[in-house]
Amino acid sequence: MITELGHFALILAFVVACLQGIVPLVGAHFRWPGWMAVAEPAATAQLLLTAFSFAALTHAFVVSDFSLRIVVENSHSAKPMIYKISGVWGNHEGSMLLWVLILALFGALAAWFGGNLPPTLRARVLAVQAWVGAAFFAFILYTSNPFIRLATPPFDGQDLNPLLQDPGLAFHPPFLYLGYVGLSICFSFAVAALIEGRVDAAWGRWVRPWTLLSWVFLTIGIALGSWWAYYELGWGGFWFWDPVENASFMPWLLAAALLHSAIVVEKREALKSWTILLAILAFGFSLIGTFIVRSGVLTSVHAFATDPDRGVFILGILVFFTGGALTLYAARAGAMQAKGIFGVVSRESALVLNNILLAVSCFVVFTGTLWPLVAEMLFDRKLSVGAPFFNMAFTPFMVVLGLVLPVGAMLGWKRAKPARVLRQLAPALGLALALMGLAWAMQTGRSLFGPIGVFLGTWLVAGAVTDLVARLGQSRDWRRLRHLPRADWGKAVAHSGLGITMLGVAGLMAWEQEDIRVARVNEPFTVGAYEIELLGVSRIQGPNYFADRGEVSVRRDGAEVAHVYPEKRNYPVAAMPTTEAAIDNGFLRDVYVVLGDAQADRAWTMRVYVKPLANWIWGGSLLMALGGALSLSDRRFRVAAGARKTTPAPKGVPAE
Amino acid sequence: MIRALIHAALALMLALAPLPALAVQPDEVLEDPVLEQRARDLSQNLRCLVCQNENIDDSDAALARDLRLLVRERLVAGDSDAEAVAYLVDRYGEFVLLRPTTGGWNWLLWAAGPILLLLALAGAGVYLRGRSRGANPEEQRLTPEEEARLQRILDEGRS
Repeated sequence: MITELGHFALILAFVVACLQGIVPLVGAHFRWPGWMAVAEPAATAQLLLTAFSFAALTHAFVVSDFSLRIVVENSHSAKPMIYKISGVWGNHEGSMLLWVLILALFGALAAWFGGNLPPTLRARVLAVQAWVGAAFFAFILYTSNPFIRLATPPFDGQDLNPLLQDPGLAFHPPFLYLGYVGLSICFSFAVAALIEGRVDAAWGRWVRPWTLLSWVFLTIGIALGSWWAYYELGWGGFWFWDPVENASFMPWLLAAALLHSAIVVEKREALKSWTILLAILAFGFSLIGTFIVRSGVLTSVHAFATDPDRGVFILGILVFFTGGALTLYAARAGAMQAKGIFGVVSRESALVLNNILLAVSCFVVFTGTLWPLVAEMLFDRKLSVGAPFFNMAFTPFMVVLGLVLPVGAMLGWKRAKPARVLRQLAPALGLALALMGLAWAMQTGRSLFGPIGVFLGTWLVAGAVTDLVARLGQSRDWRRLRHLPRADWGKAVAHSGLGITMLGVAGLMAWEQEDIRVARVNEPFTVGAYEIELLGVSRIQGPNYFADRGEVSVRRDGAEVAHVYPEKRNYPVAAMPTTEAAIDNGFLRDVYVVLGDAQADRAWTMRVYVKPLANWIWGGSLLMALGGALSLSDRRFRVAAGARKTTPAPKGVPAE
Repeated sequence: MIRALIHAALALMLALAPLPALAVQPDEVLEDPVLEQRARDLSQNLRCLVCQNENIDDSDAALARDLRLLVRERLVAGDSDAEAVAYLVDRYGEFVLLRPTTGGWNWLLWAAGPILLLLALAGAGVYLRGRSRGANPEEQRLTPEEEARLQRILDEGRS
């Protein structure tokens, strides 16, 4: 019964979305306040209905209602409760329902917090948002309905893919969707602005918080996925340049570009049409990502539902929204008059360069991801484009970005004096060069990659610190540091985070040590600076799996630094084995121990890695997200300041 | 067709195998550390054909193990890196290469980023020059025609 109510609520939400997509739009055109006002209650109703529908599906998973098809296919009565709940979005239909739930949530947030928007713009934003919602409601109802019952329910389910039964993965998709879908608000703002024919500094200020929010969520989502791959897949890879990873990475790159170009719109009223284009493309790439994951046109480790009908439907949504928005853009973008005037060497130009590097690197990822498809269709060649290509073609852009970032971040608006900035940055540059030299001297005969990473990491962190100190001016009054705008702190923290991530990636790739062997119980062996000893292996029973669990001692200079338990699990219902690597996390290195197959006379295959700076990759990502959040918290007083005065107050607006 | 059948059979075997082995196994490792390192480096650029976008060095699949052994066999037989890779490409097609060649239209794949970067920089250069007009007061000078007209107007006013 609850299930049917949930199904019904979903249909109602679809109807409400259709209404919300039409009535406010007509109202905005004819300036009818009553019609425009429909948008807000409709957005709230859409959220409540979708939330009820999602709750109904969650209920079915929680009580293990095996009369529902997706519960049978993705759950099992013996599964721990957290994975029963995360199983709701661990499958195609349920994850689409989560997708529209977040879409409705963002629509409602825009309605609730959009009180200071001009009424026509607000009505149009909410209407465009509802169009996107309606398209996805239709997609769910017509091709991927989660509420389909089975005529003869089985006694138990087929269990969720064991790789997905993991806390990291329980939260990875919701964060990613918050990011993907958050970009839909930027898209709606862009399309609404094109319909209005007006983009000004106020528009930039409204769009920026949404971009920041989506980017923060995307950062966390991608970092969670990468961290999960690192500890779960059994050899510590953290990024595979898989099509589905690229699908989340492309919107991230564009969102990063967008949140920087929106600053220029906000502060200098320039780059308007480019920013609109970025907002359209960023969401367009979210849709492309959805298409890649759900259609199965590209082979990927994430092989989700691969159904041609669904692929065609999503392709239709993609073509309609991106194509429609780009057509509108072509017709209207010419009307956007840029106001701000600035010199060739200025913060504005630096942000243009940032946008070029991010957008072109996104394009490189895009070409590489789709090239196998293009080559097969046009040239009849079946080929692969894998990690080696991306490492070679993508990395240089990031290196250049890292090189110019600290300088660009400190250039003044309008007309900058580069010589002064370079003088201020000289100590940071010196420190970075010194540490690079040190890293170069300490390693022997290895690639340049490590020292370059050390240089970029130090340069970015020291550059961010220099920037903060420079904000204090001549006085060097350290107490003022606390009173700097949050946006300044956010900028420094996020840029340092990027540096730390770069350093982590470079360090891990350049200095990893690996050991593969048949290890006998109580016969220690050395890996790098560590001595490893397998103490024994026992058979254990988990809630829905059984496992061989090794007991391993990790010693350094005779003293034990860690006592770890790598497992090799088998999930009988899903008929799937997984390796649970044991990781001793450290600040400077991880020791990563994997238990393999049993060999003759009490020996086991073992793989041990020493992974330097591994945690810095995710630590840096978290710092980036934290920086974004800090910047976002700065928004409140800026928006309040803008609401009090009709013209945005230029005084005291922090440069970021 | 036959190859497709073989792949299907391999995939089936893989699905039925109770516990797949982990990636590189101790018994595969060559005695000579230099040869072994070359094999590892090559393996990371070769695709496991039955897997989804995994290289043979990381893959657990039985076929990946066969390919790893094949690569080592060729290296021990004295093949250069290029010859060992060519041997695999002859048998499995260029699908096995994770780093696509630059042959044929693939140059476009490799050049796409640099080309777009140059175009974008050129576009940005034009845009920035447009934006910086007016930032320089010198560039806002009157044209000779305008100067002459201004002079006329001033002269008229004087007379």
